[in-house]
Amino acid sequence: MRGFEYANPTTKEQAVALLGSSWGDAEVLAGGTDLLSLMKDDVVHPKRLVNIKDIAEFGGIRSSKSGLRIGATVTIQELIDNAQVAREYPALVGAARGITSPQLRSRGTVGGDLTQRPRCWYYRAGFGLLARANPSEEGGESLVLHGDNRYHAILGNSGPAYFVNPSSLAPALIAYGASVRVYGSKGSRDVAAEKFFVLPQSDNDREYDLKPGEIVTEIIVPAQAGVKSATYEVRQKEALDWPLAAASVALKVSGGKVTSARIVMGHVAPTPWRAAAAEQALAGKTINEQVAQAAGEAAVSGAKSLGRNAYKIQLARVAVKRAILEAARGGAR
Amino acid sequence: MAEYKWPDADKRTFIGKRISRIDGPQKVSGRAKYSFDINRPGMLFGRIVRSPHAHARVKSIDTSAAESMPGVKAIHVMAEPGKPTAELNWVGASVVALAAVDEPTAEDAMRAIKVEYEVLPHLVVDTDPKMAGEYARPANENKLGDPDKGFSEAEVTVEGMYGLPVITHCCLEPHGSVMEWEGDQNVLAHLSTQAVTPSVAAIARPLEIPATNVRVQQDHVGGGFGSKFGPDEWDITAARLSKKAGGKPVKMFNDREAELMVAGARPSAYARVKVGLKKDGTITAWESQSWASGGLGSGGSPPLPYIFNIPNQRRQHTAIVNHIGSARAWRAPSHPQGCAITMAALEDAAAAIGMDPHDFFLKNIEMTGQRARIYEDEMKIAADLIGWKSNWHPRGDEGAGPVKRGLGLSIHTWGGQGHPSDCDLIIQPDGSVELKMGTQDLGTGTRTALNIVVADTLGLPMDKVKISIGDSRFPPSQGSGGSTTIGGVSASSRRASLDALDQIFAKAAPALDAKPEDLEAAGGVIRVKSNPAKSLTWAQACSKLGVTPITVRGKNPGPGKLTDQGVGGVQMADVSVDIETGIVRINKIVAVQDCGLIIDLKTAESQVYGALIMGVCYALYEEKIMDAKTGRMLNPNMEFYKLAGIGDIGDLVVHMMTGKGYDERGVIGLGEPPVVSPGAVISNAVANAIGVRVPTLPLTPDRVLAALEQKGGK
Repeated sequence: MRGFEYANPTTKEQAVALLGSSWGDAEVLAGGTDLLSLMKDDVVHPKRLVNIKDIAEFGGIRSSKSGLRIGATVTIQELIDNAQVAREYPALVGAARGITSPQLRSRGTVGGDLTQRPRCWYYRAGFGLLARANPSEEGGESLVLHGDNRYHAILGNSGPAYFVNPSSLAPALIAYGASVRVYGSKGSRDVAAEKFFVLPQSDNDREYDLKPGEIVTEIIVPAQAGVKSATYEVRQKEALDWPLAAASVALKVSGGKVTSARIVMGHVAPTPWRAAAAEQALAGKTINEQVAQAAGEAAVSGAKSLGRNAYKIQLARVAVKRAILEAARGGAR
Repeated sequence: MAEYKWPDADKRTFIGKRISRIDGPQKVSGRAKYSFDINRPGMLFGRIVRSPHAHARVKSIDTSAAESMPGVKAIHVMAEPGKPTAELNWVGASVVALAAVDEPTAEDAMRAIKVEYEVLPHLVVDTDPKMAGEYARPANENKLGDPDKGFSEAEVTVEGMYGLPVITHCCLEPHGSVMEWEGDQNVLAHLSTQAVTPSVAAIARPLEIPATNVRVQQDHVGGGFGSKFGPDEWDITAARLSKKAGGKPVKMFNDREAELMVAGARPSAYARVKVGLKKDGTITAWESQSWASGGLGSGGSPPLPYIFNIPNQRRQHTAIVNHIGSARAWRAPSHPQGCAITMAALEDAAAAIGMDPHDFFLKNIEMTGQRARIYEDEMKIAADLIGWKSNWHPRGDEGAGPVKRGLGLSIHTWGGQGHPSDCDLIIQPDGSVELKMGTQDLGTGTRTALNIVVADTLGLPMDKVKISIGDSRFPPSQGSGGSTTIGGVSASSRRASLDALDQIFAKAAPALDAKPEDLEAAGGVIRVKSNPAKSLTWAQACSKLGVTPITVRGKNPGPGKLTDQGVGGVQMADVSVDIETGIVRINKIVAVQDCGLIIDLKTAESQVYGALIMGVCYALYEEKIMDAKTGRMLNPNMEFYKLAGIGDIGDLVVHMMTGKGYDERGVIGLGEPPVVSPGAVISNAVANAIGVRVPTLPLTPDRVLAALEQKGGK
């Protein structure tokens, strides 16, 4: 790891001032579970780390009639341990429980889960976000296309990025219609979680809507009155393992029929992937195995294999089906 | 003179009992010091600049910028331009090493070194021998009996393709050492090794100093599995850097990435197999075309067919020489590969004639040779423990729902004869006892086993015996590999203890008014066998030594049959497979194993548990994934080089064969055999569950779903 300066601000104003105005100057340090790996692998080498764990207002979970507010530095374990969140937002806590490492749960944060970098093994080996054989050369072909893409995207994979978004919590947050509050030198702004994740066009872009000098401060989740929700992850191992596909589902059901549905897949595309066709497939239906199966089919109707990852299409289909069935089984708030 | 044999069952105080390892508290509390934990005053940190190319020649190296950096104390070029070492044959191959005052300085210096490479063509993929071209080295065909006749006699012929990829050893303590010079002639090596004694010569030779001037020390090792039999080039380089830096200690350990890329790999093995059999289950013929890769050393050919000496065989093997890093011995070298391929092919053969593989294996058990009766006994016990007869069903679970359940079985063998081992047993006039031996505790419980043998023989409590190992200044004992340690060290320490006891008896006899041969040691006293009330305490007896301690050299091999070789084991697995996701879960694995006389039942069982866990890992998760284009290993980390966690291993049941028929054979090694079968049993259980063979390990969702799709398409 290269040397760096360590800053420990106690207010968000101080933090933003310390972050600087271009990527590479500084990185935000919360749990550090991803950032330190990136630094050890020399994928990123910030000159300064800005610790935000001592900024009190970035912590804490607040629940009210209007919804839920989760501070960016709330740990995954704190989220799991909050009985009210577990009861009212089962898709979110279900996703958190999928992070099966006690170390990552204790150390990793909600903000960090959203802003962790892709796990693409070409990116992690230093070939850049777009995984080109020669990172310094613009427009070269991605190594993912002719390489080993068993863990890469099956949707939204027409380039230039082929990694999958690694966030565990994002699909559930998007299904709930949550927004991400961001603070920067120009003040606060709210971004719909669905719009927060973007497709990078160059190695220097980020895969989320943050500009240099901006920090995720909290997550706002609207109240989910009458919503049935669940997350289903397909993970090969019980022990710490990345999902091969995941789906979060939030349903409103009236008179036994679906009146609204939000279905978001994770680990299948460079961004969390809203499955609009699957949502439509559920509209007005009574949930049963066949209906859920049909929604699963609809969810992957646009999916395509990059060569080694066709199996993920089946896994995404099953994740959507099982998340729908689990949500329908669960009690509404 | 002592009779060199193991005590009868009724005379054993500790031998064969379940005894916790004596260094357990140290290990779980973090107080145990591994070589990685060694930090010496003034120590420098070593780093290696590694090849980014799978095959290249170093054209030039410019270290000038690094040399002038403050804190950089020594630089050593390992791949010298213009010399044979300039050709690099895998990503991660060593190019230049350096030592600096701290790790960040060392890493900054690495980045300051400029290396020019001439990139050469490479091959890192081994799944198809046709793609290997010039890198394929086909061997001649081997024949046994009359294969044509064997196949013509067959009523059914079953063909299949089977394989296992290259995996790494993934030692939790990476390879490396802290090397330092004491003066300009003596080297002290804190090495992470399976072979303390043999490492002395291996360090002395390249450094061109007498072996007498090298001392190797190691208290604990964090895994070796066959990959740590001596110093590596980076350890020798650490010593060279230390010398250049005026003798300051240099710490040189692989980081996780290097550990997985360059510190050893188990060769792959693939085979197309044809089995001929009669409808009553009699196997008549075997044919296999196999291939395997293990880097430049090719990796050897798996033993095919494994254990079953089928009367008519035709076999041909092709070695693939490639640029993936070097192969090293991996726990039971070649056996897991031979076993997985053979047992899968035989299970497929049984399925083809609709026969329960349990009955099929027994039908052909005479082909296993001298251990046939042991396999029969073990098969009975394993079948009971897993409920084979009530839970087994013909291939393909017909139950409702996506989760299918199945059973699989396999058998295996290993040698395990005790290796050469010397020890000194020292008994002081005050009664204190120390055993010194240049062996190592590979994590198997060697310290504990030695303590048990000496204490049991001398009739002392275990805590009255001091065990000193892990230092090359102690009497030589061989490296720990091939399940040879326990047989060797238990035999030499038993002989030393018996001889020492003879000397104590001789000194104590006059005071007890008895002949030395009428005495025995038990319960902390030396007593007359026929009149146990007539006794001296151990300390009283030892005080008869006067002022001179006794030192007895114990040896193996030696008189009396204390160790033997040749074991058999049977394993059975019960798995569930989700056919919608392809995810395999282990419900239960049963392992029934013999290993002669067991010194410590608890650590013996631990060996088997560990082997089963390691087996679950290579059956379901492990694979050294190589990128064809860049030649790199894509998963040199603990997130994508997947290993099982506690929630993934299922219920593990271990049954050790002990008592009559086993104990009198003497002590036989156990590290290797139980790791041989898990790949086969899990693969067979999955085939039984889902009704189709998943040809290659690991049984990942993509492979399982692909097999199911092919089955559906048929």
